[in-house]
Amino acid sequence: MNNNVTPDYIITICDGPSCIHKKSKELKESVTAQLKRFGLLDKTRIILSGCLGMCAKGPVMIINPGYTIYAGFNIIDVPEIIEEHLVKKTQVSRLVVQEDNLYNRFYRVFGDVNFFGKQMRIALRNCGIIDPESIDDYLSVRGYEALAKVLSDMQPQDVVQELKKCGLRGRGGAGFPTGLKWSLTAEQPGPEKFVICNADEGDPGAFMDRSAIEGDPHTVIEGMVIGGYAIGASKGIVYIRAEYPLAIKRLEKAIADARAEGLLGANILDSGFSFDLEIRLGAGAFVCGEETALIQSIEGRRGMPRPRPPYPSVKGLFGKPTLINNVETWANIPVIILDGASWFSSVGTEKSKGTKVFALAGNVVNTGLVEVPMGTTLREIIYDIGGGIPDGKQFKAVQTGGPSGGCMPEQYLDTPVDYESLQQAGSIMGSGGMIVMDEGACMVNIARFFLEFTQNESCGKCTPCREGTKRMLEILTRITEGKGEAEDIDKLERLGRMIKKASLCGLGQSAPNPVLSTIANFREEYEEHVRDKKCRAGVCTALLSYTINEKCVGCGACKRVCPTAAISGAVKQRHVIDPAKCVRCGKCMETCKFNAIVRG
Amino acid sequence: MKEKVIVYFNNKPFEVEAEQTIMQAADKIGFHIPRLCYHPSLSIEGACRVCIVEVEGMRNYVASCAFPVSEGMRIHTNTKEIRQARRDIVELILDNHPQDCHTCERDGICELQRLAYAMGLRQRHFEGERKRYEKDLSSAAVIRDPEKCILCGRCVRLCSEVQKANTLGFAHRGFKANVMPAYDMGLNESVCTGCGQCVNVCPTAAFLEKNYTQELFERLNDPEVIKVAQVAPSVRAAIGEAFGLEPGRAMAGETVAALKRLGFDYVFDTQFSADLTIMEEASELLERLQSGGKLPMITSCSSAWMKCLEQFHPDLIPNVSTCKSPMSMMGALTKTYWADKIKTDPKKILAVAVMCCTAKKYEAARPELRVNGMPATDLVITTREAAWMFKSAGIDFLNIKPERFDEPLGLSSGAGAIFGATGGVMEAAIRTAYELCTGETLLEIELESLRGFKGIKEGKVMMDGKEIRVAVAHGLGNANELMDVVRADPERYHFIEIMGCPGGCIGGGGQPYAGSNSIPLDEECLRKRAEALYGIDRANTIRRSHENPHVQRIYKELLGRPLSKKSHELLHTHYSAKEPRGIIGNETKE
Repeated sequence: MNNNVTPDYIITICDGPSCIHKKSKELKESVTAQLKRFGLLDKTRIILSGCLGMCAKGPVMIINPGYTIYAGFNIIDVPEIIEEHLVKKTQVSRLVVQEDNLYNRFYRVFGDVNFFGKQMRIALRNCGIIDPESIDDYLSVRGYEALAKVLSDMQPQDVVQELKKCGLRGRGGAGFPTGLKWSLTAEQPGPEKFVICNADEGDPGAFMDRSAIEGDPHTVIEGMVIGGYAIGASKGIVYIRAEYPLAIKRLEKAIADARAEGLLGANILDSGFSFDLEIRLGAGAFVCGEETALIQSIEGRRGMPRPRPPYPSVKGLFGKPTLINNVETWANIPVIILDGASWFSSVGTEKSKGTKVFALAGNVVNTGLVEVPMGTTLREIIYDIGGGIPDGKQFKAVQTGGPSGGCMPEQYLDTPVDYESLQQAGSIMGSGGMIVMDEGACMVNIARFFLEFTQNESCGKCTPCREGTKRMLEILTRITEGKGEAEDIDKLERLGRMIKKASLCGLGQSAPNPVLSTIANFREEYEEHVRDKKCRAGVCTALLSYTINEKCVGCGACKRVCPTAAISGAVKQRHVIDPAKCVRCGKCMETCKFNAIVRG
Repeated sequence: MKEKVIVYFNNKPFEVEAEQTIMQAADKIGFHIPRLCYHPSLSIEGACRVCIVEVEGMRNYVASCAFPVSEGMRIHTNTKEIRQARRDIVELILDNHPQDCHTCERDGICELQRLAYAMGLRQRHFEGERKRYEKDLSSAAVIRDPEKCILCGRCVRLCSEVQKANTLGFAHRGFKANVMPAYDMGLNESVCTGCGQCVNVCPTAAFLEKNYTQELFERLNDPEVIKVAQVAPSVRAAIGEAFGLEPGRAMAGETVAALKRLGFDYVFDTQFSADLTIMEEASELLERLQSGGKLPMITSCSSAWMKCLEQFHPDLIPNVSTCKSPMSMMGALTKTYWADKIKTDPKKILAVAVMCCTAKKYEAARPELRVNGMPATDLVITTREAAWMFKSAGIDFLNIKPERFDEPLGLSSGAGAIFGATGGVMEAAIRTAYELCTGETLLEIELESLRGFKGIKEGKVMMDGKEIRVAVAHGLGNANELMDVVRADPERYHFIEIMGCPGGCIGGGGQPYAGSNSIPLDEECLRKRAEALYGIDRANTIRRSHENPHVQRIYKELLGRPLSKKSHELLHTHYSAKEPRGIIGNETKE
């Protein structure tokens, strides 16, 4: 339909990474077909939006006016929804998640499911709301107003001052004060300076940056232009991983649209200020998320970190002063300019201002994307927003900060989420991964899993990270295989502490975190593995044994499913498992109807 | 006056210059912080983490090689914690290193070994899987043994920053990280020039020269052949270091005597053929000047440089002198002129070159340098290999009675000696060219502007009323830079000397390893070696190549005059463009 006509209805279909899997495209086709059937196509605008965050409930469709959220439905429900909602003006209440309305700070009402109630969306304020491919949509939510304000009313130093005042800290993980970074770069002599957006999101399971760009690419662009103005740069680069084709496509379109509107390029908004953006694709190296490695990669070299100082703010890309911030940091900038530093700093804690986006994953009911004010506790995120642990299981640990974060047990659940508190709890903010683990997780195995990732992704430059994590991984592997030795836990701690303090870059400095934090918080589990050769979670297969007890009725079901013929016994006689032949696959236990098979 | 700051090392205050690293400050006040990947001629890598120190207020240790001092900084270099961390780091390096010190070529002269000892590493905790790789034996000059590589990156930085050949780079991640040429191809296919500087800077035995000592020992026992050696100028200036002497002692006589003890029948002096090179090269220059030939003329003595030129600057091949290197001239004369003199079938002559260079091994294998179907040089051994052979054969090098080179290919002028130092060929050539051109003897023969270790040196000489502008570059990086100047301004110079190694041949890839208290490629060491050669020059009564009576005799008896047909047959060669893989553009051409 024609965008210039105000539509009667707006149907927003979430097209985030998770909803794509749940066939958002086919959903759109089906909606279109149904609208056609009722002759409503001309009166309705359909938007494929970025991630709304309700990934566990997908697919998600919002019908406006009324902000009715339909979720978790099937494509065959579409005719019913369209007919009931748009033609008969009722709701298909069994598929609606919204029960009553609640005011949200930003622009639109999301709805009150607990999922949104405790959230506050600043960086993701437009994600799931607007059509990310429409610059008009962005303009309609005060898009580029911050840029206009900066260019017409503010001197570059005023912008830097505002950033310093607001208390924003880098969302990439380390939490360096953004305003300080801006002012350090602004102080450097020009004329050539660069602005970089780090969109090389590499943490397994994390999709904050991806969703931010896919859902609202213009806000990143606007933030970067403001940054360029503040520090005196005329060139910006978005370094984004090539595995994010949709984000790249939307960003490319947004850049082209912004250029066409005179919001990028020469003489922006007739202000005399010129700034342009370029996209560079990363080839999928985790370490390239580290700023100095990222800069090397843009320069066409192998992405390996270099010692700092000099910091990029002094000597960055091609040896020029460079301002590098991550996607989420950039996305906060327009809001800070529009609503002011004092408003922004009213959100959050004393030292950590604003909000933080997390990718909630693991053993939690509502997996997905959440943005909460700093200071929200882990318990609120996991239980109130995340809906708690599924299947009635017990919470065991939560890991924040991606593969190099620490694992915190139950006693840390009331830890407020901010840079310092998480650090004190033995973890890190990181870029925003949050993985919840229930009692079925083996903490030794979890530590091994994360270390395997960081060891593989180590660039190999510095000794502690390259060699040290390898030895730690060997020790962990040996423990999970039942070959652990008494002094292994001490060795892990000794190596881990050294690697943390001696490595060249953040990757190595944080790689031992999962190991050190699990030893600190779950030491007895390590000791059981080493001393008793037992894995209480039943994950480490080498440490498991299956036996058949007196409940056995001799039905033979287990014998038939055993892939290695390890079970013997006559009909109606108690059967026996030969441990030498058993490969500990657990099939027999699953099959047995009499609970006669026990794992120990 | 540089700004000063007060810093505390281990709680003691010291006034040090600002704008320097913790390591530099520590060195100056007498704290030698252990180190491995650091090298003063190369960029800061900060990779090995051996040089970590504690700085109060910093959450983590800092690499002292990279971190600048600041006012009031409190640095701790030897706390219990930092000592254990450093020790553990070195242990981690050892854990991924072959445990074959006793059979390793660098046993006793290995930086890693020394470091492990100094760290007090007496017990092992973390042993596990070790990397396994094949050796790369493909190059005629240099062997790469990735198993021994500890990834300090010195070779990578040297090859890209000093030599600018960019042969080596890091590949793969994590524990699988490795140093290799592009696509892990053999060094022989790569852009490697064979200069061997990677061997010099490698702290372990990950790079070594292609070793011919066993083969030479065998062939020295063959009663059927006549064993002839030649010794390059720079060998005598450095070989003493392999026996624990300070750099700078010229030991020509000892080398001749030791080679004779080893089993050589005759020992000739490469300085003689250096004189001959000057005769030919100076004449070629004059001819080009007079007949409007291609200028500037560029020297061709350095084997690594010739490979570099053929692959990176093929457009400048017409500028290069057609003269063979002194080694190949000597080989050619040994198997023709001298074989005739002693009435021997040249096939029965074993011609061995003792060189300061690894690339000469590659040069000896070049097919265009063969004479009458035979290799002009049968085997090339480096200064290091020669020293090892002397030790292995039980020759008391330090106390041996010096002997003289054999005639007639053993007499040389002082000009032949200074060939070994950067600028020396140019200086020697000017001494002769001046006289050939003007008929007058050049009196001011020590051309200071061409000496020393500045990367690119320039000079001017007036010859017959014409100003001859010359330039000298040493190290392939400087050479590349100079070639860009030539392309931009072809009129700027008439004559250019290039040596592939920093300092010239005295800094060659085959020279003795740095001793336990020094560093590879130390400029002070190079300066002393050069001084030894300048001393030989000053002590010589003959200081101009054309005054060498044996050179005069060989022209009378065999060659006629410089650039004669016979000269061209024996002493000149040709070069052709090479397209090794790994140069951008070559892949797409295929």
